[in-house]
Amino acid sequence: MTFLTPEESGHVSSLWGKVDVEKVGGEALGRLLVVYPWTQRFFESFGDLSSPSAIMGNPKVKAHGKKVLSAFSEGLHHLDDLKGTFAQLSELHCDKLHVDPQNFTLLGNVLVIVLAEHFGAAFNPSVHAAFQKVVAGVANALAHKYH
Amino acid sequence: MSLTKTERAIIVSMWGKISTQADAIGTETLERLFLSHPQTKTYFPHFDLHAGSAQLRAHGSKVVAAVGDAVKSIDNIAGALARLSELHAYILRVDPVNFKLLSHCLLVTVAARFPADFTAEAHAAWDKFLSVVSSVLTEKYR
Repeated sequence: MTFLTPEESGHVSSLWGKVDVEKVGGEALGRLLVVYPWTQRFFESFGDLSSPSAIMGNPKVKAHGKKVLSAFSEGLHHLDDLKGTFAQLSELHCDKLHVDPQNFTLLGNVLVIVLAEHFGAAFNPSVHAAFQKVVAGVANALAHKYH
Repeated sequence: MSLTKTERAIIVSMWGKISTQADAIGTETLERLFLSHPQTKTYFPHFDLHAGSAQLRAHGSKVVAAVGDAVKSIDNIAGALARLSELHAYILRVDPVNFKLLSHCLLVTVAARFPADFTAEAHAAWDKFLSVVSSVLTEKYR
């Protein structure tokens, strides 16, 4: 069973090809911390998170956002085996990082909003729907090894 | 959870711009909702949900108009949406999880149309505001 239809796959690769992973990653993680401040609980060592501008400009947030989105980007090359691709990261998030999987859903939705902001009308309802499937699949895969 | 003065100011000021595209935003929000979260269509078996349908447009307008009512009475959202709250609790009985989905699709639509205005701070204010609206609409569920 393929995860995305050929049309959805096309939408995803064509848009993702234009994404600046470093910039979008930093923005998505930053917005997660601004919009859902309780998520800051995982980043107490990141320094100044005292205001939206402090968060969005924080170099550790940007660097970590790039790391996270690079991993996500890697996953996009393996859409038919997300669980396999993210197995190790799933174990890490459970055993070492102790991250509630609900946070994967929150970040996925923030990423969708950042993509909408960057691409405007090009992020039309069909492209949007394809990405919702992708972020849900990645969130699911990251939660898969939890115990 | 209540809105700070700054958050209210952001919402009210952005609404000025948003309301100029109200109907289109309503329609687009619903299109996004039905495509991304097809299970939400179960609440509209009586509608023609194809893109461009008159019913979709009319319903989209209704939804955005209600958001507008909440903005106009931002200091008393519960009062402004009292009737709608009862409608959702006793007649429509839409499962509460769907308010998050609709809110998200509205944010995506606004972000796509007003990227320069939709800063991280504005995003936070809108997410919170729609969360308050959703709470009001589900307040009487049980």
